[in-house]
Amino acid sequence: MKIIATDRKGVVHEVEGTLGWTVMEALRDAGLPVAAECGGACACATCHVYVDEEWFGKLNPPSPEELDMLDMAVAVESNSRLSCQIRCEPALDGITVTIAPE
Amino acid sequence: MNSMAPGDLPPSRTETDVIIIGAGPIGLFAVFELGLLDLKCHLIDILDRPGGQCTELYPEKPIYDIPGVPVVTGQELTDRLMQQIRPFGAQFHFSEMANRLHRLEDGRWQLSTDAGTVLVAPVIVVAAGGGSFVPKRPPIAGIEEYEGKSVFYAVRRMEQFRGRDVLIAGGGDSALDWTLNLAPVANRLTLVHHRDGFRAAQHSVNRMRELVGEGRVNFHVANVKALHGANGQLEAVTLTGPDKKEWRQEANAFLPFFGLTIKLGPIAEFGLNLHENLIPVDTAKFESSTPGIFAIGDINGYPGKLKLILSGFHEAALMAQAAFHICRPNEKLRFQYTTSSSNLQKKLGVA
Ligand SMILES: Cc1cc2nc3c(=O)[nH]c(=O)nc-3n(C[C@H](O)[C@H](O)[C@H](O)COP(=O)(O)OP(=O)(O)OC[C@H]3O[C@@H](n4cnc5c(N)ncnc54)[C@H](O)[C@@H]3O)c2cc1C
Ligand code: FES
Repeated sequence: MKIIATDRKGVVHEVEGTLGWTVMEALRDAGLPVAAECGGACACATCHVYVDEEWFGKLNPPSPEELDMLDMAVAVESNSRLSCQIRCEPALDGITVTIAPE
Repeated sequence: MNSMAPGDLPPSRTETDVIIIGAGPIGLFAVFELGLLDLKCHLIDILDRPGGQCTELYPEKPIYDIPGVPVVTGQELTDRLMQQIRPFGAQFHFSEMANRLHRLEDGRWQLSTDAGTVLVAPVIVVAAGGGSFVPKRPPIAGIEEYEGKSVFYAVRRMEQFRGRDVLIAGGGDSALDWTLNLAPVANRLTLVHHRDGFRAAQHSVNRMRELVGEGRVNFHVANVKALHGANGQLEAVTLTGPDKKEWRQEANAFLPFFGLTIKLGPIAEFGLNLHENLIPVDTAKFESSTPGIFAIGDINGYPGKLKLILSGFHEAALMAQAAFHICRPNEKLRFQYTTSSSNLQKKLGVA
């Protein structure tokens, strides 16, 4: 499935996501600047992305752990998510995200 | 060891065998392997406690791939390593950043920290993981200019904030604890967070809400968008709320509390060979291309490297053998098992 990701310089990338893997892994493996310090354990908030409004509503709601961890992210907006908590699935083909500032 | 020219060393320095940068699991286990060879260690970590990633990122999460230990949490593994290395009496320098390294005329290394500690040893072991844990800096233009003058990532003295208009940002325990502690000291205390919900301990949240009810703390669902002031002195900030509404609020001290992140930090300035933020090493000794400087754990790179704790433990054992020959050039190293060597068991305090 495709992920459309805008990096911190505003450059748009089309990244291939592996079904069942997370969006964070797709972004990181494509060499985009997602630190993902905790490797997807929902323990660092360095995989923070903004999800385009069109897609935001299609995601499973964040778990209490994700909401808690988002409190440790900077510049959180109403469409903020942790990309390690978004699993690639067919319904999300084309999901559009922007990597949040560091 | 060679004698050295007087004046080569600053007045208060401590000499030891090995200086370990980083008290993560690998730095801790290095103390054990070095200790069996009678090498004394000092460890430096910017965190205020041992464990590195294990205690900072996942203290309560289980680890299942430590050989012989079916399950152990990050905190438990750290506690057990501390127990295992206790006989060797390593010295810890916590909450200090190793920030300067240079070679003395006699060939030994001098390492200094931001707190003024000066250590001298023939061997340096870099066990710095992905780098040092430092506070997350909010992405606000020009914030660097205010840091240390009116923007602070930690409170060292509460008195510093007496009578000031203090703004705190964040929703974790630090944000809430300092809101409660500084409210009586500050002229006005404002807490901002991106949502009306907090990951902090419930009793702190309740107490904060009481103070808001009594008019002693202001709380806004908002993000800090801009800082206004001059010469590092903050005068006001621009806040934005959920509906993108912007407003200006007076503040002359700003405390952002968004936890820690990992930055390579001063190691980048040590003059070591670095490849993509990793220190390349040989896999016989785990020595860097600079003789006497070793790199073990997540910070090193070599073909086939896996960033696993068990790999780091192996690296520590081989490093210790090589470090011994540098520290004790005239002594012979005898390979022994802890199981059967009464000599090793004496060192461990079990014989
Ligand atoms: C969520 C998560 C789960 C994990 N699960 C596993 C697992 O199941 N099994 C496994 O094997 N591994 C696991 N890991 C990886 C494992 O934690 C790391 O491989 C391990 O922590 C590396 O240890 P280290 O001692 O090399 O570095 P770290 O643990 O990163 O410690 C390095 C320390 O050095 C300090 N430091 C760096 N530079 C300086 C300086 N200049 N001055 C002062 N201090 C400095 C840092 O503050 C830090 O405390 C996991 C990691 C994470 C994040
Ligand atoms: S990778 Fe750490 S929270 Fe997502």
